[in-house]
Amino acid sequence: MKQNKLIFALAAATLAAGAVQAKEVVVRIGHAGPLTGPAAAFGKDGENGARLAIEDANAKGIKIGGDTVKFELVSEDDQADPRTATTVAQRLTDSGVKGVVGHVTSGASIPASRIYEQAGIPVITPSSTSPKLTQQGYKMTFRVIANDLQQGNALGKYAVDQLKAKKIAVIDDRTAYGQGLADAFANSVKTSGGQIAGREFTNDKATDFMAILTKIKAMNPDAVFYGGMDAQAAPLARQMKQLGMTAKLLTGDGGCTGEMIKMAGDALSATTFCTQAGIPLDKMPGGAAFRTQFKQRFGNDIHVYAPYAYDAMMSVIEAMKTANSVEPAKYQPALRSLAYQGVTGPVAFDDKGDIKGGSITVYNFDAGKWAPLQTIQ
Amino acid sequence: METFLQQTLNGLVSGSIYALVALGYTMVYGILGLINFAHGELVMIGALVALQTVTLLNAAVPGLHPVILLLAGVAVAVPVCMAVGYLIERIGYRRLRNAPRLAPLITAIGVSFLLQTLAMIIWGREFHVFPQLVSTTPMQPMDGVVVSPLQIFTIVVAFALMGGLMLLVNKSRLGRAMRATAENHRVAGLMGINANGVIAATFIIGSGLAALAGVLFASNYAIAHYAMGFTPGLKAFTAAVLGGIGNLPGAMVGGLVLGLVESFGAGYIEHLTFGFLNSSYQDIFAFMILGAVLIFRPSGLLGERVADRA
Repeated sequence: MKQNKLIFALAAATLAAGAVQAKEVVVRIGHAGPLTGPAAAFGKDGENGARLAIEDANAKGIKIGGDTVKFELVSEDDQADPRTATTVAQRLTDSGVKGVVGHVTSGASIPASRIYEQAGIPVITPSSTSPKLTQQGYKMTFRVIANDLQQGNALGKYAVDQLKAKKIAVIDDRTAYGQGLADAFANSVKTSGGQIAGREFTNDKATDFMAILTKIKAMNPDAVFYGGMDAQAAPLARQMKQLGMTAKLLTGDGGCTGEMIKMAGDALSATTFCTQAGIPLDKMPGGAAFRTQFKQRFGNDIHVYAPYAYDAMMSVIEAMKTANSVEPAKYQPALRSLAYQGVTGPVAFDDKGDIKGGSITVYNFDAGKWAPLQTIQ
Repeated sequence: METFLQQTLNGLVSGSIYALVALGYTMVYGILGLINFAHGELVMIGALVALQTVTLLNAAVPGLHPVILLLAGVAVAVPVCMAVGYLIERIGYRRLRNAPRLAPLITAIGVSFLLQTLAMIIWGREFHVFPQLVSTTPMQPMDGVVVSPLQIFTIVVAFALMGGLMLLVNKSRLGRAMRATAENHRVAGLMGINANGVIAATFIIGSGLAALAGVLFASNYAIAHYAMGFTPGLKAFTAAVLGGIGNLPGAMVGGLVLGLVESFGAGYIEHLTFGFLNSSYQDIFAFMILGAVLIFRPSGLLGERVADRA
């Protein structure tokens, strides 16, 4: 008993001493993304990017409102699951974070954004590209990457202008992502002077596309666009080959993955194109330096979105500096009018919270990997 | 015309796989009156076990002929699925033989979840590439129609298996025992038939067919995944109902009809409805046909021939 009391007393004394010594203010900023499950690599990548930004900011000893600020990362796992995302968002807001970087997937970002909006905490996603996220009219939602509308627009224009495709068939998987992307693509093709030969549909669990492809083949299009994920795009590519179709295959970022290359195998060729929001690392203004720093700190290479997570975190910190306050209500207006030169390029938001002039890169399948062809602003 | 032939071929390929899976549903229903919802998962297990075998064998002895790899994959997948099928029946359903009908049905759904989760733990959540062991290079028997050796292989294997099953059920001693048990397993037991053995045999045969269907399915789409059994399972169940559940030829006809309806539905629904409906309704189209058939023939196309079910 006596010993216990002694330990308590000692512990209390240590805590008190610690509190007195630290004159700096601790500001907690959240990161939310999938750290387990199939999309875990994306979540960990974002977490590392955000962590790097916090360490850089702490190294500078930033002063806000007269106090030296020590930033602290609170990382949460949303498993890329909409329901878990809302739980995680609630936990972050309850724990008193002043801002959040995340979530990684659109399916998680959209339901979580409502909770941050109600709590009045700014949230900046590094990688959710669904247009719906910023169409909700929320004041606290921001995004540092181009959205799917911009992606579909860019690819549609590219297909007609650069690939000289006149007749294009469009397939989508009827998900929020696939349909949004396909609609944007089809509109862009039409405004660029191309023709939509046919509009076909499937679902995000399908594996057999022979029937719709046979129908499309009879229309003899120059290109086929698929709006959806790689799990469908890969068998679709194989079945196009099996049917002897020579039309070009175009997909968005859902099909612009390493999995797509693995699963579609020899069905991919120089006539397969895809887009990704953002620009390749070596084309980013601070790309090379970031790659070295990241590798040095974490011992592995950047997956995809780490530079965007870094910029998202830096945007929060920059806005706090400009507003000279760490309180969300005070620094949110500064975020609105932010003009910050990030690793990925200039970061400034439009009135919806989308990044201004977000870039899209068109990739082409070449020698077993996606080779960047052109970056469109 | 070319498009029509191509769509027929597409429908036959997916339809013959549905038919193989549907046989498993209908055999079990014929004997036990139970919808074995775990049957679709056996398709998945068949595909993943075959994939695992092919991968291991290829790593151990590189450069084997694809046909040998395929046969080895099948040679492992079929017994594994048969064993799983037997265990499901022995552990899951046998004790519930005289329980109310809902009990084994709910058990079947539980077994389905269990198998899927086990497969997820063993093989992970990612999509696996199933190697193309039979060529998929398109051939053109006539202008505008393409067919690959794999598609011909799929249809031939499926029909051969269906023919074999019909022979087994109608001509062999085991088949006669199965038909007798289907009529009344208590009376069959009194006649000296080991009803439990016959029921186990039914599960084993159905599971073997599911394994083969799984290998055909995965080869055709070059993909294997822990959740891949759900959709073909559901479609095959639909096919079994369409043909008349409990009726073996019905399951085959139902599978082929469903495959063709889906294919033509996706291909022609827009023309048939003058652009009012499009291919996003292709699944609904298949179920509309099912609904229509069941309104006019409540027991399916060939009927639920109770006296002859097996």
